[in-house]
Amino acid sequence: MRNGAFNGSHRSPGRVFCLSLTTTTIIAAFLVTTIPVVTRDIPPDKRKSTYEQMSADTRAMQDEDTANPGMLWVLEGHAAWRAKVGTTGRSCADCHGDAPNAMNGVAARYPAFDSKRGAPVDLETRINICRTEHQQAPALAFESKELLALTAYIGRQSRGMAIESADARLEPFITAGRAIFERRQGQLNLACTHCHDDNWGQKLAGIPVPQGHPTGYPLYRLEWQTLGSLQRRLRNCLIGIRAEIYPYGAPEYVALETFLMWRARGMPMETPGVRP
Amino acid sequence: MASALINVPPKAKRGEIIAIKTLISHQMETGFRHSETGVPIPRDIVTHFVASYNGEEIFSAQLFPAIAANPFITFYTIATVSGTIEFKWTGDNGFVATEQAKIIVE
Repeated sequence: MRNGAFNGSHRSPGRVFCLSLTTTTIIAAFLVTTIPVVTRDIPPDKRKSTYEQMSADTRAMQDEDTANPGMLWVLEGHAAWRAKVGTTGRSCADCHGDAPNAMNGVAARYPAFDSKRGAPVDLETRINICRTEHQQAPALAFESKELLALTAYIGRQSRGMAIESADARLEPFITAGRAIFERRQGQLNLACTHCHDDNWGQKLAGIPVPQGHPTGYPLYRLEWQTLGSLQRRLRNCLIGIRAEIYPYGAPEYVALETFLMWRARGMPMETPGVRP
Repeated sequence: MASALINVPPKAKRGEIIAIKTLISHQMETGFRHSETGVPIPRDIVTHFVASYNGEEIFSAQLFPAIAANPFITFYTIATVSGTIEFKWTGDNGFVATEQAKIIVE
């Protein structure tokens, strides 16, 4: 549990939060969308992936495909992409063709707006929609090996590509995600922004606080000793601030994911990432 | 389903020291944990790893419960002749996995 106090800070945490509350919100128009950029936001050139805060060993592990444990899931996803499932007996490849072409850049723009549902869906849910509607197969459970494998395999096809968040229909959901990001919650009465905007780079229980950009999901966490989704990671943070977790697939997570991808727009995808 | 990732340089000069990296998918259940209902979860780990170069054992390792899931083993050897390097992992509950990689020595 990461519930220790901030270490190594020359300011007391309480003081930091007071300051951030009084921060004025100057609204500036952004190039692609009209989502307001708030002064508290990390300036685009100051944003960095958690990759840059990791030790050289962990970075080396991510960089080399034969050392990156996430590639084991990619390998399985490669097989799952071709497996014929459901009553239609069709595989992902039967409709989409080869993933390196068909899925190139797809994960970099998820969660994407689904017009039928009138809301964004994340990659995991999109895979399950495909399974239930087009393959007539049962949906896969969140964090199941097969769903993680497919997500990792699709995500891998976007590695190195810039995260995209240009769909105007996503705006209300980005705003909703920002509201959750900035809302104090849990027994520690903290919002995401207090750590990830105001105190990134400081230490929490000896570990550097990241900016929290979802560039490498699904990613292999050494702490988990397995691959995990962004929703699992968000649950981790909620437990850390002793807030009540939302159930998997909750719209709150999707709104947060949509906001986080907008916040990381333009940053390169690293899937499958490795984190400590 | 066991899957493994192997990194053996495809070509090497005779006498060159080469690094070999192996990564295998395995949960490495320690045997010390209990389920939510308090039932001990039985141990399920990889216990032994062997690498052979054209049939001759060049490296082996014993693995224990403290080793992380998906064990990553790196070792070095001298490239002597062209041939096949074989890897074998054995473990609890009859776990066996094998992989091989070819190397050309010039």
